[in-house]
Amino acid sequence: MDTVFAGAELLMRWDVLAALLIGSIGGVIIGAIPGVGAAVAIAILLPATFSLDPIVGLTMLLGIYGSSMYGGALPAILINTPGTAVNALTTYDGYPMTQKGQAQRALALAYSGSFWGGVFGILCLIVLSPLLALIAPHFGSREIFLAALLGVVLVVLAHRGQVFAAGMLAAFGLLLNTVGLDVKYNQRMTFEQTWLTSGFDLIVVVLGLFALSQAFLLLTQEDTAPKALPVQGSILGAMKEIWVYKRIATAAGSFGVLMGMIPGVGEFTAQFLSYTYARKSSKKPELFGKGSPEGLVASEAANNAVPAAAMIPLLALGIPGEALTAMMLSVFYVHNVIPGPQLFQNQLDFVYALYIAMLLLNVIVIIFLIFSTNLLTKVIQIPTRFLGMVILILGFVGVYSLRNSVVDCAIASGFGVLGLVLKRLNLPVVPIVLGMVLGGIMEVKLRSAMIRVKTPLDFVERPIAAVLAIMIVLVILAHFRTLRKEHKLRLAEADIDHNLHDTQQR
Amino acid sequence: MKSVKTLQDLFKRYRRPGDLYFGVSFLIFSIVLLFSLPGQNTWASNTRLFAQPAFWPYAAVIAMVLFGVLHVISALCSPALDGRWKEMLFWLKSVEYAGWFMAYVVTVPQLGYLPSTVLFAVVLTYRLGYRGAKFLVSAAVFGCIVVLIFKTFLQVKVPGGAVYELLPTALRSFMLTYF
Repeated sequence: MDTVFAGAELLMRWDVLAALLIGSIGGVIIGAIPGVGAAVAIAILLPATFSLDPIVGLTMLLGIYGSSMYGGALPAILINTPGTAVNALTTYDGYPMTQKGQAQRALALAYSGSFWGGVFGILCLIVLSPLLALIAPHFGSREIFLAALLGVVLVVLAHRGQVFAAGMLAAFGLLLNTVGLDVKYNQRMTFEQTWLTSGFDLIVVVLGLFALSQAFLLLTQEDTAPKALPVQGSILGAMKEIWVYKRIATAAGSFGVLMGMIPGVGEFTAQFLSYTYARKSSKKPELFGKGSPEGLVASEAANNAVPAAAMIPLLALGIPGEALTAMMLSVFYVHNVIPGPQLFQNQLDFVYALYIAMLLLNVIVIIFLIFSTNLLTKVIQIPTRFLGMVILILGFVGVYSLRNSVVDCAIASGFGVLGLVLKRLNLPVVPIVLGMVLGGIMEVKLRSAMIRVKTPLDFVERPIAAVLAIMIVLVILAHFRTLRKEHKLRLAEADIDHNLHDTQQR
Repeated sequence: MKSVKTLQDLFKRYRRPGDLYFGVSFLIFSIVLLFSLPGQNTWASNTRLFAQPAFWPYAAVIAMVLFGVLHVISALCSPALDGRWKEMLFWLKSVEYAGWFMAYVVTVPQLGYLPSTVLFAVVLTYRLGYRGAKFLVSAAVFGCIVVLIFKTFLQVKVPGGAVYELLPTALRSFMLTYF
């Protein structure tokens, strides 16, 4: 308990509280604007946070990460356009409720479901922390290598329908990590080019793939300016209804926590499982997709429980499970705070400070949303091409302030165009980033793990390593089993929807 | 952007026009890298395979080629989709904005962060087709706010412009520090 209080004490500074407030409210606004999203905002703000204290910088980024999905529900419900990719499922039941004249009810349920899921995720994290502090030290080099490998395998297999493309992009990410000088100053894949000697900076790649690609996409596409009507009635009063759906919200939160903990899985699988569960256990399954409050709660509670859970592999093992935590990892590294088993043993107060910050952000966001929903409906009406110009100017600050390098900007532009092509092709950007980050971790850990390994079986002689190795094999086998099943149930070519989808824009 | 028809659509990525061209380009790029591997990497003596500096570049490029081949085969086996040339034209159009971005990057060290940001915001807004005073003024104000937040308040590292050297001493140091 003393550690929890020590953690709370770390937050009792004006700059930390200001960062939390700016991050939380900024995150809601960013999430509410279709076409921006947390990844773009975090990528842009990353270099600016390097000059701040780690707790200040991380609190701000966590604020954006944890609150953007709240904001993303607003356009999903009111105008059928999700603010962020993970709010796409919210359109499924949220928009039909708006069409039935229940916009206020839908928003209240989305906010309260998000709050339920978010707080549930953090409470699970707090309860699990002592256990994590016990288990984490048992993760040696080979266990961390296997956990990172599991992350790469899962991020490839999770992109159903484009597994081969996800595989080649993850391998491309692994390659990007190797370019430049290695630890013994051997040149790798530099082609005698001086600008390649220092390798590809993760932040430059991330800014290109997430921020500049989105700017280029918005600038090149046709202009649209979404119109949303003001919401009538009190949101606070309508939020009480969440109590009726507490079982669904808790189950969805649990799926969010479980899926968030596993590297490479994340919100979409959590939403799929919780939505399927909610539909199967509902007394009115026919309403799902036509304005079911249960479906809406399942979607929002699941995706908001993920950010807290995604911090588990990041903090306990130093392994980011998705793009946003991969970006946060760079903030840790810049400040020489190395996430992993040692962090839980030596700086548990810092870890608790992050948890409490996440709890506070949920409270700030819900209060902000109760009073400012109608204000946000005006913000989402910014024309998309104008928004592209805004992102481009902000993207410049992110890239150029790193090293004042024109080459960095040119590289980021190149990745921006690549990101645009991938988004237009429904191909994922995340495997490149995770391949790059997890590749670096795997290289270091495999090298140190192999020193004590004589035969291949030695690698999995410890229980945790054996469990992870079995999980990797099972995940791959399960994928082939699913492929067989899907092949039998496949759609005819004419029924396949080849359009662009909001969920694929990441 | 079209909304989803079924729950399945939300979680599965279907092919889009231009998929084959991208796949083939990626595969060619991977094969070129594959052939350049021996010249671009070192195999150290008395070092185990997994600790070799060349191990990870080899592993990554071989995986790129393998997955690239599988992706191209699957694209070839699938029916061609209409609109692939239109799609490629869209990709090419985006290069114009990469050019705008680079022009902005080159201008900042010459004109200074504040003047180039305001100028870039206004000119690009005009280029995008927003001709009304409301948008042009908003763009200029936005440019000023960005500079105030990032350079004046957060003090991010953006160098002062070469033109600032022409200003009187007191104003020059003020501009170099804050704008």
